[in-house]
Amino acid sequence: MKYAYYPGCSLEATAKEYNQSAKMVARHLGVELWEIPDWSCCGATAAHNNDHLLSLALPARNLALAEAEGLDVAVPCAACFNRLRAAEAAVRGSESMRATISEIIGRDYRATNKARAFLDVMVNGVGLEKIKEQVVKPLAGLKLAAYYGCLLVRPPELTAFDDPEDPMTMDHLIQALGGEAVSWSYKTECCGGSLATARTDIGVRMIYQILRHARDAGAEGIVTACPLCFLNLDMRQNQAAASHGEQLNLPIFYFTELMGIALGYAPKDLGLTTHFVNPVPMLEVREILRHPATRRETA
Amino acid sequence: MELAGALRQTQALKSQVEAASGVTLSDCYQCGKCSAGCPVAFAMDYTPRQVIRLLQLGLGEEALKSHTPWLCASCQACYTRCPREVNLPRLMEAVRQEARRRGMINEKKVDIFDQAFLSSVERYGRAHEMGLMIQYNLQSGQPFKDALLAPPLLFKGKISPIPAKIKNVAEVKNIFARARAKGGGRH
Ligand code: SF4
Ligand code: SF4
Ligand code: SF4
Repeated sequence: MKYAYYPGCSLEATAKEYNQSAKMVARHLGVELWEIPDWSCCGATAAHNNDHLLSLALPARNLALAEAEGLDVAVPCAACFNRLRAAEAAVRGSESMRATISEIIGRDYRATNKARAFLDVMVNGVGLEKIKEQVVKPLAGLKLAAYYGCLLVRPPELTAFDDPEDPMTMDHLIQALGGEAVSWSYKTECCGGSLATARTDIGVRMIYQILRHARDAGAEGIVTACPLCFLNLDMRQNQAAASHGEQLNLPIFYFTELMGIALGYAPKDLGLTTHFVNPVPMLEVREILRHPATRRETA
Repeated sequence: MELAGALRQTQALKSQVEAASGVTLSDCYQCGKCSAGCPVAFAMDYTPRQVIRLLQLGLGEEALKSHTPWLCASCQACYTRCPREVNLPRLMEAVRQEARRRGMINEKKVDIFDQAFLSSVERYGRAHEMGLMIQYNLQSGQPFKDALLAPPLLFKGKISPIPAKIKNVAEVKNIFARARAKGGGRH
């Protein structure tokens, strides 16, 4: 199984543990990732807030590079995934848009390939059975809230792989890894994205609601598939909790990190030690990291 | 005469926003489902439903003054749930762009952030998170915003003072130039 790989800007910076763990579990499960050479930013929300054509052209350049190799693209960042899909759909749906975008990017792009969320590649491409077979350190019934946020599952005609109101892909993955996916009502609620930076007062309220609902549902941690969600829930957790006079101490994970743990890799090698809310003590208390011997990984 | 002129103007604004967003304003039957589920509604001056109503009634000028389009997080909840498939996030985008064109930047910090982001991408081909933070802080007049978060980010190796630049920056610069030349892309 071979995919073009589009990490996106965050995975080179604030979300480097997502990048690290995604590559590790892909290799472990026999998924070959061909990182798009010289990939460029997808433009994120800033581009489509400001310029519709630009917001399609920036992702299209990356899709075109992969198309030339005849490869579908695996995309860990939910925001990038959404932008890539939007470009793909616009070009596929209209010959005149295809011509315009090809002209803007200076490459022939026909949208014959597809962008796929890394979560989708793992759960539906590799398959839960195969993942289960490889689990050596099951998550010991750890109660986890699968948090999808918005851009991974909405709008459904673009994202396509799961239900927009009650998605289950990540919940099933958590179960396959030996954890317990809690049922909660905020799994697709928006974290506010970059509002946390530009309007911290508003962003922090949105973040708090998500954290609180996860905790009230009995979750011991939250699992994400998006660097922006992660940053908001992890880095701004103290700020959000403090604004309500609380302390939450709720570890946040990328789903690839939990896969890595269950497959036997060490937290440090997966990048878990770079979180603001340190998840390692909880994993230790629950004895998830204990034998059999942790797989060594020198990536 | 004056009334006719004003009427023509509101008509023009209406059809312009419709063309830019691909939304037919009369599709909306004002059920309010969008506003009920909007996670940012608590911070908005007009709810998403009200923004459409203003446009439907020819009160587009008022919509242009609203902060709502600037605060919309583009989370797609409203569009996903709307029984009439009104693409509200696209409409918000169009209203905001028109407001911006008229110099009505109702949420300065949101705009500064977006512009800093885009200029980083245009310059390096990628978003440089640390440079972005600094530029945003300086331009929005809050040099010490999130100052407590920067050192741990640096220490954890999560942000770098040096931007990652792609090899073919020229290609990305050209994409910006050509998109601009095409006027930012009405439908
Ligand atoms: S969503 Fe953000 S981080 Fe991901 S590539 Fe697009 S701009 Fe860069
Ligand atoms: S949900 Fe759709 S039809 Fe109902 S008020 Fe909102 S935009 Fe109009
Ligand atoms: S897309 Fe914008 S208006 Fe619609 S629900 Fe999300 S934040 Fe509200």
